[in-house]
Formats: sequence, C-alpha cells, structure tokens
Amino acid sequence: MSVTRTDAPAGEVLATSPATGSPVPPPGLTWRQKLSHWDFRFSPYLYVVPFFALFLVIGVYPMVYSGYLSFFSWPRYGLTHGEGVGFANYGHVLTDPVFHKAFWNTIGIFVLSAVPQVVVATVVAAMLDTPLRGRTWWRMSVLLPFVVAPAAAALIFGSIFADKTGLANEVLRAVGLSGVAWHTDRFASWTAIATMVNYRWTGYNTLIILAALQAIPRQLYEAAAIDGASRVQQFFHVTLPSIRPTMLFVIITATIGGMQIFTEPRLFDTNLQFQGGADYQYQTLTMYVFNTSNSGTDPYPRAAAATWIIVLIIIGIALLNYAITRQVQRRGER
Amino acid sequence: MSRRPGFLVYGLLSAFVLGSTFPLYWSFVIGSVTKERAIQSPLPLYPGGYFLDNARRVFDQIDFWSALANSVLISGISAASVVFFSTLAGYSFAKLRFRGSNVAMAFVVATMAVPTQLAFVPLLKTFSNLDLTGTRTAVVLPFLVTAFGVFFMRQYLLDAIPDELIEAARVDGCSQLRTFWTVAVPAARPAMAILALFTFMQTWTEFMWPLLILQGSDVQTLQTALDQLKIAPAGGIADIALLQAGTLLATIPLLLLFIATGRQLVAGIMQGAVKG
Repeated sequence: MSVTRTDAPAGEVLATSPATGSPVPPPGLTWRQKLSHWDFRFSPYLYVVPFFALFLVIGVYPMVYSGYLSFFSWPRYGLTHGEGVGFANYGHVLTDPVFHKAFWNTIGIFVLSAVPQVVVATVVAAMLDTPLRGRTWWRMSVLLPFVVAPAAAALIFGSIFADKTGLANEVLRAVGLSGVAWHTDRFASWTAIATMVNYRWTGYNTLIILAALQAIPRQLYEAAAIDGASRVQQFFHVTLPSIRPTMLFVIITATIGGMQIFTEPRLFDTNLQFQGGADYQYQTLTMYVFNTSNSGTDPYPRAAAATWIIVLIIIGIALLNYAITRQVQRRGER
Repeated sequence: MSRRPGFLVYGLLSAFVLGSTFPLYWSFVIGSVTKERAIQSPLPLYPGGYFLDNARRVFDQIDFWSALANSVLISGISAASVVFFSTLAGYSFAKLRFRGSNVAMAFVVATMAVPTQLAFVPLLKTFSNLDLTGTRTAVVLPFLVTAFGVFFMRQYLLDAIPDELIEAARVDGCSQLRTFWTVAVPAARPAMAILALFTFMQTWTEFMWPLLILQGSDVQTLQTALDQLKIAPAGGIADIALLQAGTLLATIPLLLLFIATGRQLVAGIMQGAVKG
C-alpha cells in the first residue's frame, strides 16, 4: 500500500502538472498495481471519448459536410453530388432578392425582440431584487411563458394578431383606432412575430439578470446612498455597470437565437406556401434555408451555402457586440 | 436595495404576470367556444362550454396520443442521453487531468456559439441516404449530446466535489470508475436533474428539425402535429377554435412539468447564469 501512495502515478489525478510519465508503468509493480496504473492513466480519455464520438458524428461532421456540399451542384433527386461549381451557390444566394429581404426581415425582427426584451427584463429583475413577499412564487410566475413551446405561442399570438378577427384589432377598433394589417404590413408583421419571441424569453432573461443583480455587493449601494445618490442614480451608476458582462451574455444569446427565428414566422403564415407572406415580407433567414432545401434546383448545396452565410453573419454580429462593449467599458473606466 | 417594495412594485409585477398568463387564458377562451363564435365580433371574453367538443375534433384530425407518446419518448431519450454523456465527460474535464483537456474543452465551448440548424441540412441529406427519414430515430439522433451539457456539468462539478474526496477514494484503492460512481455521481445529482429538465424541455419544443425530417410521414411529434392541425382545414374557413384547443392540449404536459419542477428550473437558470 505504501508503494502506491508514494509512487509516481499518485500525482496524476489531482497533481498540478499534467501527466508527463511514460505510458509504461514503472517496473517492479504487481499485476494489480499495473492495472491500477492503466486505469488512472486512460480513464480520463475513456470518459470523454463517448461524448466526442457522438458529437463528431451529429455536430461536427454535418458542419464540415455542409461546407463541402456548398461547392457542388446536386440535382433534386440525384444520388450523389454533381460537379464542383466553385462559389456559384454562394453567388446565387447572395444575389437572390428573397435572401436580401429575409436578411432585413431577420434583422428587423431581431431588433424588435432583443431591445424591448433586455429593457423589460432588466426592469422586472430590479423589481424582483427587492425583499418581496412570496419571492419564489413571483420568480416562477415570471418564468411561466417559457413552458409555452414556440409553436404553441405562435398559434396563440397568430389568433390574437389575425387581420380580420383578431383580438388586437378588435381592441384597437374599440378605442377608436383603425385595425392593423398584421400579416401584410411589413413592420406590423415583424412586431407580431417579435411579440411571440419576447413573450417566451423575457422572463427567462429576467432570471438571468436577477442572478447577476444579486451578486452585486450590497455595500456598493450603501456607499452610494451615503454619497447622496438617489435610487435612480444608483441604478445607472452602480447596478448597470456591475451587470455588464451578464448583459453581454444575454445579448449574444439573443443574437444567436434571433438569427435562427423560424417557428414563429412559419406558423404565423396563413397561406400554405410558407414563404413568409405573399411578398416575403416576414420570411426569415432560417425559413429561407428551409424553403431552399425543398426547392427545385440544387436544393442542398444552396441551403448549405445559405447556412454558412448565416453563420458568418452571426460571428460578425457577435464580434461587433464584443467590440462595442469593450469600447463602452473603456469609456466607463476613464 | 433593502427597502421594502411598495404598491407600485407589486402592481407592476402583477401586471407583468397577468400579461404572461393572458395568452394561455385567451387560448382557452377561443378553444372553448364554437368555431363560428371564435371569429365573431365582439369576440368572447369568457370561456364557453365547447372545449371538450373541440378537443374531440382535435383527436379526430390528428393522432394526438401517438404524437404525445413520440414527444415523451424522444425528449426522454434525449434528456437521459445528454445527462449520461455530459456527466461522464464533464467529470473528466473538471476533475481529472489528461493531455489535450484544455484544447478539447475550448473546442466544446466554441461550438456552443454555432447555431444547431447549421447541421440540419446535411443531416437531412445523410439521413435520407440512410433511409431514416420519417423515423423517431432520426428525430432524436441530433439531440443525443450537446456541447452545453458538457460545459454545464463541468462548471458545476469544479466546485461541487472537493479534490480531497477524490484523492481519499484513490488512497482507499477505488478504481476510477468506482470513484466516479460513488463520489462524482452523488455530488452531481442536483445538476443532473436540472440538465435533464432543460434538455427535456428543449427537445420537446424543437420544431424545425422534426418538421424537416418527418415531412410527409405518419410519425409526428406534438409540435409538428400542431403544424398539421393548422394546415388541415384547407379550403374551408380557418377553424381557430380547433387550433386553440389543440394548442392548449399540447401545452398541458409541459405546464404540469412546470408546476412540479418550476422551483428547480428557476434555481437552475439563476445558477447557470452566475457560473456561465
């Protein structure tokens, strides 16, 4: 026993330096000790290999494959891909007016959902960060919409925003305004779809921001109060700077989610072409990919090219977010 | 902010919660009146007595119970699989040392930023080559592991298990597997429950992938069944009452899950936020 305790392999599991010994166990050990040596040496790999094996097959391989695919032609019912076409598929997507429309629709819906969501979530989180009665109950209530699946939320709000018989227009008419063409007007349709997204995610983000608020040391507020800062001043000068990393996290997650909006606009569509309105006025980028993969000419390569363009857009926006936040932070430090 | 909140805070919070519950109420109102009443102005404000009637028509139009069973099965398998592989890998990343561990972990984190739908088109092509389209297997396969799961378990296990405990097990002659089973798994249990819950809900609400892979098939999940319900009454007037009854029926299972586990869900989201 004392041999195992003091000998080399003992350091491997938790020692501060990575394993550097040779794969061959030190000589003079019994069979049992050798077995234990191999066990400690290779188990860490054995535990991560199953995950990576699956992850490579269902996550990494398709990404690489879609990149490869995007440079070929592939007729709708062809068994294998045809000849290489260079960047023609990318060219097709980038010059497609429907893609341009889908791009601006996605950006529009994203802005209409991300901005109000972050603002409302911050305000509600600040209210939850007080000594409320029934704290747990409030937190759970705020999260309730999260269990309404996007498909269900889309159908419910689809009925509320119906052009002729919807509740929203009925209320507007009741107060003397004229009804809104929720499906045909471009901006109105964005608003309706953004409302569905906001409905589901505001409460979730409220809890994330609330967690960040609770991590702020209370002494900061006391110090600010002693310096004569009002509660509103405290919010802008203590609270907001402290939760900036969390805000960045929320905004980046919202970006990734926002670029992938699909369920809501698809189920909002009342005609069965599912092109996001007669004039593509609310077709999103992801709908574009879906429809392209069902289209007549080179469906898969073009859909793959479109997907890769979306990924590059997401990376671009994430970097922009990062740069802006750094800039703001620097200015704040001055 | 230690001052007790006043009426204003309670009022605003109540308004927010009312706004959150109203769409569900509205779905019930419309789902419980006749299809003519559902589109007649002025719209009904209170539930009517036709919910069961509409529900019966939902069951006639789509195979609700088979879709429900598929959703339970697919989400359950996905949750169990993600928890299993993530706990194993997360433990190794958090507590064991091996060459390449940092690079591998950085790779996992980086892929979290890539949208999952990137994989859908090539997967669809691959699965149709393998003749897997329209099967439950094809629906569940892409959701068997997630990068987030591994990241989440690793973050949790970093602090949840003291290194001394693993060392002690080792000194006592425990094999690695036994240490994992008797030390890591008990410590990881709360995080495993939260991860299972999250994964279950995520797979349950998934729409685009099942829609793509199940197009034109008899197999449906609850979400794609709703899509069919929407398409079904082609030609006639849109049957909103039917649609809302179906929507509500499809939402009830997750509502029940939420009532049973909402507290843990709240704790999980807040914990994940601080650590992530």
